[in-house]
Amino acid sequence: MSLRTSRARRARLSLFTAGAASMALLATACGGSGSGTAAAPKNFSYLSVTENTTVKTALTSLSEGSCKSANDALPLKVETVPQASLDQKLQLLAGQGALPVQFAAGNAPALTQKLAKSGKIADLEAKLKELGVDDQLEPAAVSTIKALYGGKLEVLPYEYNIEGVFYNKKIFEANGLKVPGTWDELVASAAKLQAKGIQPFSASGQQGWPLTRLISGYLYRSLGPDALKDVADGKAKLTDPQYVKAATEIAALGKKGYFGKGVGSIDYDTAMNQFLTGKAAMLYMGSWALANISDAKQDKIGATNVGFMPFPAVAGGKGSIDQYPSNVGLGITLGAKSFDEKTGAWVSCIAKNYGSKALKDHGSISGFKVNTPVTDANKVTTQVRDTISASKQNVLWFEALFGTKATTVSQTNAAGLVSGSMSPQQFMQTVQDALSAQ
Amino acid sequence: MHRVLGDRRAIAILLGPALLVYSLIMLVPMVWSLGYSFTKGNSIDGFTGNGFANFSRLLDDPAVRHALWFTLKYAVVVTAGQVVAGYLLALLYVFFLKRASALVRTLVFFPVVLPTVAVGLLFQKFFQVAPQTGPVNSLLNAVGIDSIDFFGSSSSAFWVLIVMDIWRSMGFYAVLLFAGLVDIPEEVLESARLDGATGLRLVRHIVLPLSLPVLMSSLIFSINGTLKAFDSIVALTNGGPGNSTTPLTLYMFQTSFTYGDYGYGSTIAVLLTVVCLLVSLVVFRVSRRDLTEG
Repeated sequence: MSLRTSRARRARLSLFTAGAASMALLATACGGSGSGTAAAPKNFSYLSVTENTTVKTALTSLSEGSCKSANDALPLKVETVPQASLDQKLQLLAGQGALPVQFAAGNAPALTQKLAKSGKIADLEAKLKELGVDDQLEPAAVSTIKALYGGKLEVLPYEYNIEGVFYNKKIFEANGLKVPGTWDELVASAAKLQAKGIQPFSASGQQGWPLTRLISGYLYRSLGPDALKDVADGKAKLTDPQYVKAATEIAALGKKGYFGKGVGSIDYDTAMNQFLTGKAAMLYMGSWALANISDAKQDKIGATNVGFMPFPAVAGGKGSIDQYPSNVGLGITLGAKSFDEKTGAWVSCIAKNYGSKALKDHGSISGFKVNTPVTDANKVTTQVRDTISASKQNVLWFEALFGTKATTVSQTNAAGLVSGSMSPQQFMQTVQDALSAQ
Repeated sequence: MHRVLGDRRAIAILLGPALLVYSLIMLVPMVWSLGYSFTKGNSIDGFTGNGFANFSRLLDDPAVRHALWFTLKYAVVVTAGQVVAGYLLALLYVFFLKRASALVRTLVFFPVVLPTVAVGLLFQKFFQVAPQTGPVNSLLNAVGIDSIDFFGSSSSAFWVLIVMDIWRSMGFYAVLLFAGLVDIPEEVLESARLDGATGLRLVRHIVLPLSLPVLMSSLIFSINGTLKAFDSIVALTNGGPGNSTTPLTLYMFQTSFTYGDYGYGSTIAVLLTVVCLLVSLVVFRVSRRDLTEG
């Protein structure tokens, strides 16, 4: 082999190597952003959280019943991730242009709005109108969604919840307690129960939100329904004395041991289980808990022994006890790219049938109209449904208007607040700092 | 052989593929990440230039200061614990158990092969106070001490984390150091014994200096591993209570992927890289001096 040809070969080889390397680099570079080309979906893929079983079970039974034809055209495929990993998963999928057809839209409305702003979410209001099913949504649910999502219908109301305190009627009667109407009465009842060796409240400190919901409850009752909107708008700060007062009240409950031992280690299921097995007298929860209360396997105290009361009034406060915190559960939405005719058929079927199905099978109240009359499984379900229809003004929850970081900071520090490792002032300061950094 | 390694083309051919793979999976993401630290945004919103804003934010962020302090504290304590416990175990194998050490070595090594998440869950149950009282609290109750919520306060959560990580990895360091100790010639030990060096004196003047190189390697391994600890902390405390056991790695992960702030997350990654580099430099310096002296 002559020197020249070997050099030429070497030059070709290095050119080839360089070319291959740059191709590989380009491939790596493109990997992150995704091409985002619109391809018709093969499945009615639905990404949900492991903790929520109601929606996926109801959708599965719809796929075998009323929505069979939609399912034949576009089969339902459910995938779940732990709720704590949902936001990460969504951000990565959105970055790769690989969002499923239908998905839980993030733990905080802020993320959903971000997705909507970048055009990843279908314009549901227009789509529902197009499909002729916009009248299948309860107006109250629509207004709650709009209050949460900057005036737009960005998610579907698979749940429509109000929140309050579920209590064990048997324990209340046995201890001569009346349903507390004010905060002071609630605290007095808790003291009485604690003295008798009964744990007054069960709450999941691991989730954090069942504790921060108590803070917002107190804030709405003491400062009125705009308490947290003022914080979001910058008119007030969480470190203002009247706001710190709410955290102080909740911390005091923890200090007295009303949440039981090791509240930071209690997960959602354990908290629910403590109440449903009669180990705790009260549980602050949303009406989605009716699904658990109606399930005889979980509910050992019996649904007839469960009562529901609004968050009590605070003496001299500006709020009223008929203002219920309401939400639509974990917002579920549809991707813009994959919304085609077959997806439309699914959405239309869900809008018409989901309300009755979820109520009948799971005792779960949604924001879809109940088109087939369903007899309530128990009294407490009827009570909650009546409360929802009678409710005139709704309020949001503590983190509803926070960004993702402030939401996480608030929920991960809540257990520290009630266990005493963090003072109320410190807690509110930490959350306010996260809010200000947004 | 000399001719082959003296030839530049041969070196290029031998190193080329490895260098290419290394560049693609290590250097490119590192440079990329450095680039991100000058931007703001995430994969949904897109990225915009942000100058040095992320770096000035890094200096003012109390959470970063806390995470950095926790990372260093954790790395020092766990490294010391792992290497000291490993060394003591290795001494035990070589000088007391001798040939019978195989079974004990296997048992102590066992946690190393367990998945970190499983160990995390195991320790969670071990130290839990609710919903069931864990074995540790049951033991405390049995001797008349009230249950402790180990994961409810930052200091107790920190110590549970330390105990878990030392337990999990001391078997590895024991085997590593054991290999170093068995290399010490029996004649040297014998002559030292004849000169009257026994027990602690033998260890201090003969065994320790002769096993210094392998001890230094263990230290470098350990400190670099613990500075980047992530999985064991996520599995046991997930950074809690609050953010009190959040190291830089976890804070970086949360910032980038939970809060969707890739730019600032990358800036934290840069800080972590600098810390790792500095610590490695210091350890290398110290070890080189010691080795030449020894």
